[in-house]
Amino acid sequence: MAQILGLPKLSPTMEEGVLVRWTKKEGDKVSPGDLIAEVETDKANMDFNVEDEGVLLKFLVKEGEAVKLGAPVAIIGKAGEDISALVAQASGGAAKPAAIAAAQPAAKPAARSDDAPPAEANPAPKAEPKAEPKPKPNPADAKLAPKAEAKPAAAPATGGKLIASPLAKSLAIELGIDLRTLTGSGPGGRIVERDVKAAADGGQAHAETPEAAETHEAESPKPAAPSLETAIAVRNSRQMVPDAEGDYTDVPTSNMRRRIAARLTEASRDIPQFYLMRTFDIAPLLGFRERLNALLGDKGRISVNDLIIKAVALALRRVPDCNASWEGEAIRHHHRVHIGVAVAIEDGLVTPVIRDADKKGIGSIAAEVRDLADRAKHRALKGPEITGSTFTVSNLGMFSVERFTAILNPPEAGILAIGSTVDVPVVKDDQVTIGKRMTVTMTCDHRVIDGALGAKWLAAFVDLAEHPESLAL
Amino acid sequence: MPVISYREALNQAMREEMDRDANIFVMGEEVGHYNGAYKVTQGMLQRFSERRIIDAPIAEMGFAGIGIGAAMVGLRPIIEFMTFNFSLVAIDQIVNNAAKIFQMSGGQYHVPIVFRGPGGPAVQVSSQHSQSLESFYAHVPGLKVVMPSTAYDAKGLLKTAIRDDNPVVFIEGETLYNSTWDVPAAEAGDFLIPIGKADIKRVGKDVTLIAWSKMVWICMDAAKVLAEEGIECEIVDPRTLRPLDVETLATSVSKTGRCVIVEVGWPVAGFGAEVAYQMQKHCMDALDAPIERVTSEDVPMPYAKNLEDEVQPQVKDVVAAVRHVLYLD
Repeated sequence: MAQILGLPKLSPTMEEGVLVRWTKKEGDKVSPGDLIAEVETDKANMDFNVEDEGVLLKFLVKEGEAVKLGAPVAIIGKAGEDISALVAQASGGAAKPAAIAAAQPAAKPAARSDDAPPAEANPAPKAEPKAEPKPKPNPADAKLAPKAEAKPAAAPATGGKLIASPLAKSLAIELGIDLRTLTGSGPGGRIVERDVKAAADGGQAHAETPEAAETHEAESPKPAAPSLETAIAVRNSRQMVPDAEGDYTDVPTSNMRRRIAARLTEASRDIPQFYLMRTFDIAPLLGFRERLNALLGDKGRISVNDLIIKAVALALRRVPDCNASWEGEAIRHHHRVHIGVAVAIEDGLVTPVIRDADKKGIGSIAAEVRDLADRAKHRALKGPEITGSTFTVSNLGMFSVERFTAILNPPEAGILAIGSTVDVPVVKDDQVTIGKRMTVTMTCDHRVIDGALGAKWLAAFVDLAEHPESLAL
Repeated sequence: MPVISYREALNQAMREEMDRDANIFVMGEEVGHYNGAYKVTQGMLQRFSERRIIDAPIAEMGFAGIGIGAAMVGLRPIIEFMTFNFSLVAIDQIVNNAAKIFQMSGGQYHVPIVFRGPGGPAVQVSSQHSQSLESFYAHVPGLKVVMPSTAYDAKGLLKTAIRDDNPVVFIEGETLYNSTWDVPAAEAGDFLIPIGKADIKRVGKDVTLIAWSKMVWICMDAAKVLAEEGIECEIVDPRTLRPLDVETLATSVSKTGRCVIVEVGWPVAGFGAEVAYQMQKHCMDALDAPIERVTSEDVPMPYAKNLEDEVQPQVKDVVAAVRHVLYLD
C-alpha cells in the first residue's frame, strides 16, 4: 500500500525544514536507510533517510520549498499503484500519523502539523490534565468501548508523549480505560498497572478537566468495561497456559509448499477476483466421449477432462479477450492458447501445460495430459512443461465435488473449476427424466475480464460442451 | 524422605551411579586419600578402589584432558575441580575439546564427562578464589551448565549429568555443602531430575525472582522480609543455565508482570543479562516495569569481610530491587 512520507524531525528543535535537494528521482526504488533528500533545518543541512522499502511514486515538495514538520513530502509505494487518493489527501492536509511514524524513528517525539491528534499537541509528558479534548477527529476515541481503546493505547508509540508500561497498556485495553485520562505514578510519569487498576476500581486516578470528565460521563457507560477480575483472568489464561508440546506436530514445509503458499497468497491478495458459475447439460459430451472411446478401442482413452480442455481452448479462440494477462501498463493478449492442467501430487500440486491446445486433436491432448500427469507424480517435469499457460483448468469432479472456486494462477486472467457430473430430474417432453448436469466456476481477474466478458466466454464454453461434435471441427 | 546435606547428596549420587555403571570413575585433586577437599568424595576410595577414585597431581589442564580422552573411548569420567576457580587452567580443554569434539568428529565421538566442583564466593578467600564462572561456561555451545541450589536438586541433577552423553559443567555452591533438604534415598528408586527444567521454589503473585545456586537462598530470605509488607514473591530456580527453561521462567514473569534476576556473578555480560533478554522478548506485553538485575559489584572480590559482604547481593539488595519494580520506592 502506498503511503505518504512526512517530513521527519531531523534535529531536536526543528519545527520546519527547507527541502534543499532531492537525491533520488521519482520512480526510484529505495530501501530502508536510503538517503532521499537533504533538508536544511534550524541547525544544519541534514540527511533525510527513508525507513521503508518501496518506490518513490511522487514528490509532493519542490526543491527549495519550506515544509512544516510532519507535512507530506513524498508518496512511497509499489510501482504502478494508484495514488490519486493519497495525492488528494496530501494536498488537503498533513500526512496521516501512521505515515509520519513510518518516516521517522518511532521512539522520537515529534511535533505535528495542525490537525494531528490532540494528545500529541501537548508538550509536557506528565501534564495530561491539559490535554485538549476538543478537536477529537474520531468520536470513537472518546468512548470507552474496549475496541476503540486500541487507538489511544497505541497512540503514545507514535507520539511519545504518553508513557505507560506494556502491562498497563494491555490492561487498559481489556478494562476499557483511556490511558490519556490517567496520571502515571511511575518514574517520569509512567502509567503502570496500579494506576490502571485504580482507575478501574473507582476512577480516583482520573485526572481530567471538568469538560473531559463530562464527555466521559456522557459517552462512557460503565457496564461496557469488564470487571478487573475478569480481565485479569482472561489475561492470565491467555499467557499462562501455553500449548503443551504433545498437543501438535510441526511438519516442516517443503520448498514446493512454500512456493505454493507464496504464489497463492500473492494471487489472493493482489488480484481482484470474481466468480461466474454455470450449470449445463453434460450428457451430450458424455455420449460423445463414449463414441470416441468405442472408436479408439484399446488404442487409448479419452477422459471428460480432456474434452473440457479442448472446449476451454476453443472457447478462448472464440472469446480471445479472455486469453490475456494483466501487465500493469498493458493487458497482454496472448495469440497462442496454452492450457494449464492442475495436477495433485504428494504434498502439493503442479500445473503442466498443454501448448496450443486449440490446435491439437482430442486424442493427442489425452495422450499428452496422461504423460504429463504421470511424470508430474514422479516430479519429472521440466521447467518449460509447467510454465507459460494462459488459462488453467482445475478439476475436482472425480472427488465428487459438485462445485468449487479456484484461485487464479498468475499471470493468467482466468481459471475454470470443474465439478462432478450430477444426476438431476429434468422435464423433457412433459416427462420427468434423469438428466446429467455439470457445474463449472470461472474465476476471473477483474482487471482484465469484466463480468459481461466472462459471461460471454462461459456461454462459448457451454455451447462447445453441449455440442461436443464442434470440438472435432 | 531423609534430610541430608548437599555434600552427602552429591556423594550419594556418585556412589549410586558408580554402583550401576563400572565405566564411571572420579579423578581430581585430593579426591581419594584425603576424601575430597570439601569431603564430597568421603569414603569413596574404600568402596571403589584407586582404579576408580584417582588422585591427580595439581595439573587441571592435564587431568581434564585425560578425562576427555577417556570419555571419547567409552568411559564416563567425573572430573572434580577443587574449586571452579582452578578450572580456568583447564578451560581450553573444556571449551575447545570437550564441547566441540562431538560436532567436529561428525558425531563419531561422544564426550560423556562431568566437570564438577564448587563455585561462587565462599568466605574470605579473596579475588582469585571467589569467582562465579557460570557465565563463562554457559556461553559455550556444546556444554550443559547445571547449578543446583538444594541437596534435592544436587542429587537428582548429578545423577542425570553423569548419565548424559555430553559434557556437563556441574557447579556446586561452595557455601551450600552443609545445607540440608529432603532427598530421596537409593531405596526409593531411581531419582533423576531432568536437565533443562526450572523449579518454582516459592509461589507468589507480585514479582518473579529468578535466581540459581546460593542466590535462591538469598531470595528466600528476601521473600520472607517482603511477605511482611504483603508482597508475595515467586522464586524460580532455573537449576540449569544451559539449556535454559525459558518457558517456565516466562510463564512466571507473565503471571507477575515484574522480574528481578539475582546472580552472584559480575554484572557485565553475566548470565542474568541473557535471562533478562529472554524475559523481555517473551513477556514484553506483560511487563509493568523494566526488568531489574541484582549482581555482585563490578570489582574483583575484596578480602576484607565487611567489603566482601558488601560486594555480593544481599537480602537488602533484593528487597530494594523488588520494591523498585513495584514502584514502591
